[in-house]
Amino acid sequence: MSDQQTEIQNTVSGNDVVLFMKGTKMMPQCGFSSKVAGVLNYMGVEFADVNVLEDDGIRQGIKDFSDWPTVPQLYVKGEFIGGCDIITEMTLSGELDQLLDEKGVGYSKDAADKIREANA
Amino acid sequence: MAIQAQEIEDLIRAAFPKATITITDLAGDGNHYAAEVIDESFRSQNRVQQQRSVYAALKGKMDGPNGALHALALTTKAPE
Repeated sequence: MSDQQTEIQNTVSGNDVVLFMKGTKMMPQCGFSSKVAGVLNYMGVEFADVNVLEDDGIRQGIKDFSDWPTVPQLYVKGEFIGGCDIITEMTLSGELDQLLDEKGVGYSKDAADKIREANA
Repeated sequence: MAIQAQEIEDLIRAAFPKATITITDLAGDGNHYAAEVIDESFRSQNRVQQQRSVYAALKGKMDGPNGALHALALTTKAPE
């Protein structure tokens, strides 16, 4: 494993929830990244954000790491969960709640319900 | 560099000959598409596995600043 891949592995292993994204959670720089960060922020999920635009090595490295060609990428307890489309679907279907419950990650169920109500 | 909806469909079709494929040009700019792919082979797979195989069919078109496709909103599922 290259240094790059080791660094990514350490980030993914060392944080319960990590979002690799374009921009930061406070200032996303792509609509897809913004959407996922927005959902997590709103649901009160604590997560680490990694801005791939700040490091070309990580920008390519994360795609190799997960064999997934796009950013954002969400990891929970070391597991790759998906990109923007998957997280959106899982949020609306309640599967994201279920996943966070199973993994023991805290979030606001009320906020998640509000997202679903607003998109019903 | 833009890409035609037909080209996206053809690439996906080559990998999923029997799938129901719907391509929508979201912004009318040849850069932002939505694709829905419904295929029997997805039944036993989770979403990550399903979408990974669609990305594989697109053969690098999604990749980075030089990729033809900046944005493809993907929906994948098995037939009802």
